[in-house]
This record gives sequence, C-alpha cells and structure tokens, in this order.
Amino acid sequence: MATVLLKNVTKIYEGGSVAVKNVSLEINDKEFVVLVGPSGCGKSTVLRMIAGLEEITSGEIFIDGKIVNNIPPKDRDIAMVFQNYALYPHMSVFENIAFGLKLRKYDKNEIKQRVEEAAMILNLQDYLNRKPRQLSGGQRQRVAVGRAIVRKPKVFLFDEPLSNLDAKLRVQMRTEISKLHKNLGATMIYVTHDQTEAMTMGDKIVILKDGEVQQIGAPMELYSNPLNKFVAGFIGSPAMNFINGRIVQSDKLYFVIDNLNIRIALGEMNNRKLQQYRDKEITIGIRPEDVLLSSEKSIAGDISVLVEVVEPMGNETLLYFTLQETQMIARGNPNQQYKSGNNYSMQINKDKIYFFDKVNGNTL
Amino acid sequence: MKKILLYSFLIVTSVVTLIPFIWMLSTSLMTDGAASVFPPKFFPEEVVLQQYQTLFTRLNIARNFFNSIFLSVVVTTISLFFNSMAGYAFAKYRFKGKDKLFNLLLVNMIVPSQITMLPLFLMLKSVGLINTYMAIIITGMANIFGIFLIRQHCLSIPDSLIEAARMDGATDFQIYRKIILPLAVPILVTLGIFTFLGTWNDFLWPLIALTDESMYTLPVALSNLMLEHTRDPELMMAGSVLTIIPVIIVFLALQRYYIKGIMMGSVKE
Ligand SMILES: Nc1ncnc2c1ncn2[C@@H]1O[C@H](COP(=O)(O)OP(=O)(O)OP(=O)(O)O)[C@@H](O)[C@H]1O
Ligand SMILES: [Mg+2]
Repeated sequence: MATVLLKNVTKIYEGGSVAVKNVSLEINDKEFVVLVGPSGCGKSTVLRMIAGLEEITSGEIFIDGKIVNNIPPKDRDIAMVFQNYALYPHMSVFENIAFGLKLRKYDKNEIKQRVEEAAMILNLQDYLNRKPRQLSGGQRQRVAVGRAIVRKPKVFLFDEPLSNLDAKLRVQMRTEISKLHKNLGATMIYVTHDQTEAMTMGDKIVILKDGEVQQIGAPMELYSNPLNKFVAGFIGSPAMNFINGRIVQSDKLYFVIDNLNIRIALGEMNNRKLQQYRDKEITIGIRPEDVLLSSEKSIAGDISVLVEVVEPMGNETLLYFTLQETQMIARGNPNQQYKSGNNYSMQINKDKIYFFDKVNGNTL
Repeated sequence: MKKILLYSFLIVTSVVTLIPFIWMLSTSLMTDGAASVFPPKFFPEEVVLQQYQTLFTRLNIARNFFNSIFLSVVVTTISLFFNSMAGYAFAKYRFKGKDKLFNLLLVNMIVPSQITMLPLFLMLKSVGLINTYMAIIITGMANIFGIFLIRQHCLSIPDSLIEAARMDGATDFQIYRKIILPLAVPILVTLGIFTFLGTWNDFLWPLIALTDESMYTLPVALSNLMLEHTRDPELMMAGSVLTIIPVIIVFLALQRYYIKGIMMGSVKE
C-alpha cells in the first residue's frame, strides 16, 4: 500500500550541475515503474532522492500522501537494491538479510522466520552461512534483493540491479523480479538504461534525458506514440531509423530527399497535419521492421540500397546499409538469404512513418 | 640454487639481528659483575634471577611497569576510537571546509613534536595536569598520522555500503560501529601496534611530563637506572628485557590480523 508522488523535483549538485530538472511523476500503489534513459540523465539521482540519500534542491516528494522531504531514509519505509549489491562483506548472508530487522529491534524468532522466508523465495536456503565473497554474482544479487524484501517495505527501489550480471542471468533475474513484484504486490521503482528491461518489466515507463522527463506511459504506448524523436529512438530495438528531408506537394504529398533524388509518396492519413510543413525540412522515423528490402527488380518508386552488413540472429536477420550518410537498419525475413555487398530495393511501410520537427524533435 | 642463496642470506641477517637480544637476555641472567670480566662471556656461568629480584624489590619497578602498561593500553584504546571516528568522517562525510581542515592537519605533521613540547607542558601545568596520567593520555588521544591512515582506508569502502546501512535503518553511530569498524580491523590493528609501541617507547615526553619516580614509565625508569647504576650492566639488561617483552608479545599476538583481503566480495567493481 504505497503511492509515490514527485512534484516539480529539481536537483542541483554542489558545483552547480543540474542533474534533475522539474520532474513530476505519479506512481500508483502496486505499480512497477521503470525510469529509463541514457547514462548521466539523472535516473539514479531521482531514485536516491526518493530514498532520502540525496537532498532535494526544490520541489516535493510524497510517499503515501505524506511529504518526506525532511524525513531521513530509515523512517521512509523504503528498501533499495544497489547496482553493486553493497553487501556487508564481514557478515554472513543471514546477517546481511537480518541486519535491517536487528536494527529495528525485531524479536529473534521473528527475524529468523522472516529471513528464512525471504531465503526460500529467493532460493538462498543453502547459502545462509556463507560470506558474500563465497557467492556467485547472481547469488549476491539475490541476497541484495533478500535484504530488501525481508523488511516488507512500502516501496522498493532498484538501481540498475542487473547490469553486473551476464546476459543469460539477466534475463532470468528479470522474470524473477517481475514475479516477485506480482507476489509481493509492492510498489517498485526500477532504474535501468536498458530499454528491453524497461519494456518487458514496467507497467509504466518514465523516459529521462538530461534530467528532464521526455514521456511517461505504458510500454506499448511509448512504442507506438512517442512524443518526440528521442523517445522514438530510445524505445525499440534495433533503434528507429531517422532520415532528414523535405515535404513537397505535387499531385500528392511527398517526402523528398533532395541530394539522393528520392521521393516517397505519403499516405492520405498524414495529409492534414503535414500540409503546414510544405516545403519545410522535417525528419522522418521508420522502425527497422517497416523497412522492407527485397531482391526483386525494383519497381518504379523503390529505392535501391547497398547492404553492407548482414547479421543473422536466427529469428530475424538485421541488415545494415547507409542512406544519406546515416546508418540504417532493416529487419529482414529470416527465411531469406541476404548477401552483404548486394543491392536490394527498399520499400517503406508508409502507414508506419513517424514525423518529427527537425529542430526540436517533437512529433508532428 | 637461488633459493639456497636467499635462505642463507635470510639466516645470516636474522642471526645478526638476534645476537644482541640474546646477549641482553643472557647478561640479565648473570650474577653481579659477571658481564664485566675479560674476555667477555656470552653465556652466564650460573643462571640467576637475582637482577630481576633487585628490580622488583629494591627499585620497585613493578610500579613503572604498571604505568607503562596502563598508559599504553589507555592511549591506544582512546586514540583508536577518536582516530577512527575522525578518519571515517574525513573520508565519508560531506561538510563545509572539510578539505581545508584536513590539509591543515597534514601541514601540522611537518612540525616536529619537540617544538610543541614546551608550550604543551606550560598548558598542562596551568591546568594542573603535569605529573598525572592525564598528561600522557590527553596528548595521545588522537594523532594526525592515525587519522590520515584511517581516512585512506575508509576511502576504499564503497559509499553504497554506508547508504545500504542507512536504508536498513542504521544511525550514524551504528554505521560506524557495525560497518566501518569491522571493515577497518586490519588497519586498526596496524595503527594499534604503532600507537602501542610509540607510547611504550616514548621517552622524552614522559620524562618531561611525569616528575615523580612513582609515575615514571619504564623507559624513563630505565634511563634513571643507567645513571644510578652505571657499573651494573646485568641490572640494566634485566630492565631492558622487561621493557621489550610486552612489545614482542603485542606484536606476535596481533600480527596475524595484519592487512588481509577482508573487503573481497562485498561489491562488484
Ligand atoms: N555527487 C555528485 N556531484 C555532482 N554531480 C553529480 C553527482 N552525482 C551525479 N552527478 C551528475 O548528475 C548527473 C546525473 O547523474 P546520475 O547518477 O543520476 O545519472 P544516471 O542516469 O544514474 O546515470 P548512469 O546510468 O550512468 O548511472 C550526471 O551528469 C552526473 O555527472
Ligand atoms: Mg545511475
């Protein structure tokens, strides 16, 4: 039972660097919210302010409707899992997990029972007497999670908890944390720079860039209706392709890349909002799956491109080529043989084109 | 071959180092005047504890022995406490003027202690602490080198460990007591040995600050002995043996705690 509310929160570090700018964010009870963004965008800072480890320069943070700006971390009823695990090296796994309960003066039997319960959930029963240095990375990660869940806090905070694990373990822990979220019914705030983690785990995703919120929404909403070019490029893997060009009106609306002599006829549905950009420069975005390369002879209007790299992934094949000096990626049919160095004719799914203002990047 | 060379070198050096100690020990077990014969004897003809008896009965050295033990233990304990708190604070707390204050401390290390002795003496005299244990304890309560050593060690403790403890509900003192101190054990032992030896062996300051014979520490009492009993090398050697025995015991007992990889496995670098 916990909600978290951030109202115009700003953080300026001593020395003047503005890490977080005017962030407002509403987190509902039992929600799994993912803060995502490139390195240095202020994700950790937001999390640490919620935790109480970092002072808030301006704005307010509420937990369960109570303002917590001046409440120390220990009284916020929050647990945090750190990126580097931060296990106490001189304590056994049991002591690590029990530490918070001991400090809060819980009864010995209760501590024992709770630690064992947490250990069971996380499959740590056999390791309770070991020291952290005798554990593998994945086990340490579990202990760190155990230390959080044993206290049954109102809110869980995770700061890139999986980034130190290898790819396979990461996928496994990802589902385990999701499961944990479901079973505990707790509010969780999760920081990552990995958009896949964000997409797969979050009920709600908050995209940050340079300390500012770019967009907040459910994963698929961000995927299909990005508010700007940054969000469009950040969500989705491989990333969206961007091409600069001009809108031209002749018999119908065209997107024209002048120096390449490329004209793409635009579908009817975009007509109205694009009319006002006639003869102006804009950027279009196309997801790799909407770029179709075929070896059939190019029909009129198709564009011929030279594929430079072919990456067969099994379930899909990624094709890299250059257009207008930018690297483009197409998702090819896995059943088809592609060869690097060959020319293919490119088609674009016209209904799936995104349009962005070239200057401020906003979606048109 | 290389090994043989190395070992013989090590054996020779240890023997050379040990000879004076053994000679001291054997002389202390001789009867009066037995060490002053020519040619000198390395081993006593008859082993007697007479010199030690003299020390304890006639010269009341037990009292000096107690002074030394008491002061060394107290100074070591108190200074470890203050040094570790200050070192931790300098390493991990954010406060105004921290770096300036720390640099000021470091600059102070340049000043030789002899220079501050007289003013210190006058200060303590004015508050009536000369010729009390406090004269030694107060001046040894904290030292810059110790603070520096512990600060350097604490810098290597990851912030996230402290933050995790804070999230777990630990107060500042609990973090210090339950996280920092256990992790600093190797450096505390090292510093403890230094401080103990330093206080134990210190001569000049106890000589100045403690004026009664009954307040003397062992080294001061020993030098007194030398002045009064120049013709009595056996007695002096017995006093010397008494002086170094605790030092050797402390060192042997604690050396296994010397820096070991206690930090391993806590966080992923
Ligand atoms: N203690 C600090 N003092 C000054 N500036 C800081 C401090 N901590 C972070 N910053 C700055 O604030 C900005 C945001 O940092 P933050 O750690 O929140 O980023 P992040 O999104 O978590 O990045 P990463 O993905 O690399 O962890 C960065 O530009 C960083 O340089
Ligand atoms: Mg971070």
